[in-house]
Amino acid sequence: MTRGERHNLFKGLLFTSPWLLGLGLFIAYPICASVYYSLTDFNIFLSPIFIGVDNYKNLLQDKLFWTTIYNTFFFAIFALPLSLVLSLSIALLLNQPIWMRSAFRTIFFLPSLVPLVALAILWQWIFNGQYGVLNYFLEKIISPVGLHPPNWMGDPLWTKPALIMTGLWGIGGGMIIYLAALQEVPAHLYEAAEIDGASVMGKFWHVTLPMISPVIYFNLVIGIIGTLQVFAVPFVMFGRGPASSTYFFAMYIYDNAFRYLKMGYASALAWIMFLMIFLLTLLATRLSRKHIYYGAE
Amino acid sequence: MKKITTGQKFIIYILLFILSIAFLFPFLWMVSTALKPTKEIMSTTPRFFVRPLLFKNFVRCMNYQNFKFTLYARNTLYLCFLSVVGIVFSSSLVAYGFSHIQWRGRNALFFLTLSTMMIPFPVVMTPLYALFRTYGWLGSFKPLWIPTFFGGAFSIFLLRQFFMTIPHDLTEAAHVDGAGEFRIYWQIILPLAKPALLVVALFQFMGSWNDFLGPLIYLPDQNTFTLAVGLQFFQSQHGGTEWNLLMAASTLVIAPVIFLFFLTQRTFIEGISLTGLKG
Repeated sequence: MTRGERHNLFKGLLFTSPWLLGLGLFIAYPICASVYYSLTDFNIFLSPIFIGVDNYKNLLQDKLFWTTIYNTFFFAIFALPLSLVLSLSIALLLNQPIWMRSAFRTIFFLPSLVPLVALAILWQWIFNGQYGVLNYFLEKIISPVGLHPPNWMGDPLWTKPALIMTGLWGIGGGMIIYLAALQEVPAHLYEAAEIDGASVMGKFWHVTLPMISPVIYFNLVIGIIGTLQVFAVPFVMFGRGPASSTYFFAMYIYDNAFRYLKMGYASALAWIMFLMIFLLTLLATRLSRKHIYYGAE
Repeated sequence: MKKITTGQKFIIYILLFILSIAFLFPFLWMVSTALKPTKEIMSTTPRFFVRPLLFKNFVRCMNYQNFKFTLYARNTLYLCFLSVVGIVFSSSLVAYGFSHIQWRGRNALFFLTLSTMMIPFPVVMTPLYALFRTYGWLGSFKPLWIPTFFGGAFSIFLLRQFFMTIPHDLTEAAHVDGAGEFRIYWQIILPLAKPALLVVALFQFMGSWNDFLGPLIYLPDQNTFTLAVGLQFFQSQHGGTEWNLLMAASTLVIAPVIFLFFLTQRTFIEGISLTGLKG
């Protein structure tokens, strides 16, 4: 290393030093400690007692572990694709040459700004079984055909759909990202496709989709990370919900750590969460590798 | 330009109109509920606006039994302010080190920084709690703002991407003129990066304003509640009955965020677009 290089290394480390410290203190250290805690019996007041992989063995037999995993995946399997389709569809509509585009864009974006606690309370009120405005309208529409609206808040079959709908209200951020990507697709590609006689659907499949594929992948990964950690909205809206139907994995970790003070067990659960996020992201990356088009960059 | 027929345009407007109603309705319903008397809440035929409109519900909810709106608002603003200052200064400094100084190991460290975004909060949650407990920080605001002074992966990433678009020639020239790195950062980069700094500040403000899990864990005392936790506390006490006051309180929590958005709309939307494009 020359003197200049060494000098630059020093300056680089100096400028990034706050983050290097933070990385060590608030990320690297907790990660290592969390691995260790997951191998211990730890209640925060006494020092951790090493118990090997018992926590991991126990969780396999823990009924609530499987319930919360099931709930989380059930939620993700519906919420992720639905929000992808809805946010992309709205972005496609807004990408047309229309009047008042920015007004529409604002309308669809606003709900994503709502603090999650307020959002959960608001939808709790809308879904309310007795006085809820949603069921009031639903009743009017479907009672002539002999149907009655479900008990969104009280029937374990309907609590998850209610949460999924609530989540769809907040897709604004993803929609903005799609819209920005759509506006970057060069117009000449569409013109060329039109000359070749491509239909609207043809243009969508062969021009639009490949061109925005990196952004779809980005939103998907962000979505996986966020959805598997879903906490605030179900926590405020339902708690565990009827028959534990809205008891999600992050809530179970929280309960173990701060309600039962089983910090060791909570750490083991948290690592399972990391593993799931990691594997799903890997899977998404593998599956999409063939289909992502980075040519425009 | 893409061509669409009048018929297609018509369908697009119809769709957008229906979707807009669906997206706006919850807001309208919230405000409408907030303005109603309690007995109207329990009516089985909901009406949109019932005269007289009870604007005093907004005042009533601010001091309803245990819900201390002004105290929670002050706590929240205090946290937001410190976190915004912390994240803007630290992340811009770090982002400068990741963009305008060439040094060995820089790219590896930057990649490491990005990969930390994949770590779910629950993994670090218990050790951080134990750590802050030994520092004696529990019950104070420190666990929520002190870490922002060490930078955040997302803000560093965003600012670094922006700093990279500032030509190196500019900083080189300043070097030739004998300016030190800190002066270049302070007098050249920061003024040019104002829009990006504003984006980072806005995101942090929203993040601190909305954060629920953090304050829930670290601030168990009622006098240190933030608005998010205070609102949840209010709901757990009076949910199912005082919906009008609950909706009034929710409106008060949401309004500042919406107001801030309208003030900074353009920067905000551009900031979000930016996060996706360089992903």
